[in-house]
Amino acid sequence: MEPMVIDIKNLVFSYEKSLVLKELSFSVQKNSFFIIIGPNGSGKSTLLKVISGLLKPKTGQVNIFGIPIKNYSRKSLAKIMALVPQMVSVDFPFTVLDAVLMGRAPHLGVFGLEQAIDINIARQALEFTGVEFLAHRKMNQLSGGEQQRVFIARAICQEPKIILLDEPTASLDLAHQIRVMDLMEKLKIEKEITVVMVSHDVNLASMYGDNLLLLKAGKIVNIGPPNEVINFKTLEETYGCTLLVDESPLGKYPRITLVPKKYLSSTD
Amino acid sequence: MKPEIPFLIKRISIVTVVLMLVLLLSIFIGISIGSTQSGIGSVFQSLFSREKIDSLTGTIIWRIRFPRVLMAALVGGTLSLGGLVFQALLRNPLAEPYILGISGGSAIGAIIGILLGFARFPGVCLMAFIGSIATLILILVVSSGQTILKQNSLLLSGVMVNAFCGAVIMFLVSMTQDARLHNIIFWLMGDLSMISLSQTGIVAATNLPCFVVLFWLSNRMNLLLMGKDMAQTMGLNFKAIMLTLLVVTSFMVSATVSHCGLLGFVGLVIPHLLRLILGPDHRVLVPACILGGGAYMVVCDMLARALPQQGEMPAGVITAMIGAPIFIFLLKRSK
Repeated sequence: MEPMVIDIKNLVFSYEKSLVLKELSFSVQKNSFFIIIGPNGSGKSTLLKVISGLLKPKTGQVNIFGIPIKNYSRKSLAKIMALVPQMVSVDFPFTVLDAVLMGRAPHLGVFGLEQAIDINIARQALEFTGVEFLAHRKMNQLSGGEQQRVFIARAICQEPKIILLDEPTASLDLAHQIRVMDLMEKLKIEKEITVVMVSHDVNLASMYGDNLLLLKAGKIVNIGPPNEVINFKTLEETYGCTLLVDESPLGKYPRITLVPKKYLSSTD
Repeated sequence: MKPEIPFLIKRISIVTVVLMLVLLLSIFIGISIGSTQSGIGSVFQSLFSREKIDSLTGTIIWRIRFPRVLMAALVGGTLSLGGLVFQALLRNPLAEPYILGISGGSAIGAIIGILLGFARFPGVCLMAFIGSIATLILILVVSSGQTILKQNSLLLSGVMVNAFCGAVIMFLVSMTQDARLHNIIFWLMGDLSMISLSQTGIVAATNLPCFVVLFWLSNRMNLLLMGKDMAQTMGLNFKAIMLTLLVVTSFMVSATVSHCGLLGFVGLVIPHLLRLILGPDHRVLVPACILGGGAYMVVCDMLARALPQQGEMPAGVITAMIGAPIFIFLLKRSK
C-alpha cells in the first residue's frame, strides 16, 4: 500500500510548559485538499509548523511519505514540501520574478546561481497563479492579495508534492479569497499537489476541503469530509457562539451563518 | 537548443568586470599621486620601461604607496561586504560591520597596546585582533542558545558591548597625555599610513577566503530576507547560516580593523549605495561591494593624502565627507 502523504501519530507539542498539541493522530491522503479549522489559540498554526518541520514535536511521530520528518535534511524536505506562511512583509525591493525564483533554492548548485530552466519554471509558476503581468514589479509595491499570490507562485516554483498554507485568505477581499482557493483546487487537480491549509473561514473550508480537521485547545474535535465535520452541535460547542448550519444554495455543502446578538433577544 | 547564458550570470559578470576596471583605475591613480612629485609618468616608466627610474621614486611607489593602496582596496572591500552581510543578517538597514562590538573590542586592545609602547606592527595589531575576537566570543556567549536567532537581542547585546567599550576607551584616553594620545586618535579614526607589504599580505591571506565563503552564501542571504519560516522551508539551515555569516564576517572585519583602525562609514554607505543602483540581489551585491568598496576606499585614501598641504588627514574623515552627500542625493532621486 502506498504510504500516506502525511501521517501523524500521538503528536505532542509544547512551548516551554504550556501544552499546545495533545496526542494528535491523523493522516492526510495523497492529492487531497486538507483544511485545518478551529478557534483562535487552538493550535492550528503550531500544527502546521510541526508538519513543515519548523517546530520539533515533544513526543510522537510525523511521517512524510512514510519517512520520519527528522530523517529529512532541510534541503531534501524543501524539495517535497513548500510553505506559504501568514502574511510576510517584504521590505527589500526584489522584483516579483526574483522572489519567485527564490523557490528554486533547494534545487540549485553550490553557488546558488539559477539557470535558464529555473527561470522557465518560475515563469510557468507566475502564469499558473495568474500574476505573470507583475513579473517585473517590485515586491514592496504590491497589494496584499498580489503578494499572497506571488508567494504561492514561489511555493509552486519549489516544485513540491505538498503545499502548506497558513491562513492565505485572511485580510484578502472577496475576489482574492475565491481566487486563492480556486488556485489551490487547480493545484490539486492539475499538478497533483496535496494542499494542507489552516483557515479561519469555515464556509470556504466547507466548499473546498476534501477533509476537514476541527481543532480545539490542541485536541481533535472532529475529522472527515465537510458534511460530517460541520454540524450545528459541534461547531457551537467548539467556537462557543451561536450559529446556524444549513445547506449552501450551491447544494451539497454545509453553510454556516453567524447569529448576531440582536436576533437572539428577539427570538427568545 | 543552443545553450543560453542565464541573465543572472551575465549580470554578475558585467557588474564584476565594470567594477574591476574602476578598482584597477583607482589603484593606478592611487599609486601615482602623493606628496612627492612622482606622477603617472614615473609609474608607467617603472612598470613598462626598461630605463630604470631613480631608486628613491621607485621605493616610494612600490614600497610605500603600493602596499598602502592595496590595503585600502582590501579594507574598503571587507568593510563594505561586512556591512552588507550584517544588514541582511540583522534585517536592519542601519547595521554596519562594527555594530556588534567589534570596533569597541579592537579599540580597547589597540589602545592598551599603544599605551604599553608596542610597535604598530605586530604588537598593536595583535592586541586589537585579540580585543575584537574577545568581544565576538562575548557576544556569542551572551546571545547563545535560542536568542541568537532573534536579531534584536543580538543587535542589542552588540550595542551594549559597544557602549561599555566606549566608556573604557574614553577612560583610557582621558588618562593619557603624551604623544601616545595622537597615535590613539589616529587609530580610532582609521589610518592607512605606515602599512607594510607584509601586513597587506596577511590581510589578503585571511580575507580573500572569507570573500569566497560569503559569495558562496550569497543566495542564502537573499532567502534570509524572506523571513525565518520561509527561508527554512526553502531548505536553509537557519542557525548554521546565521552563525557562519556572523563568525566569518566578524573575523575578516577584525583582521582588517586591527591593521587600519576604525575606518568608519564605508561599511554603512557602500552597501546601501550599491543596493540603490543594482537592486537587492546579494549574488550581485557581494562581488560589487568587494570591488566597489575597495575602489571607494582607495579614492578616499588618495584624497586624504593629497588634499592637506602638510602631512595627511585620517582617511576616515574623507569617507563620510564624500559618502554622506552622495548617498543622500541618490536616496532623494530614487524616491
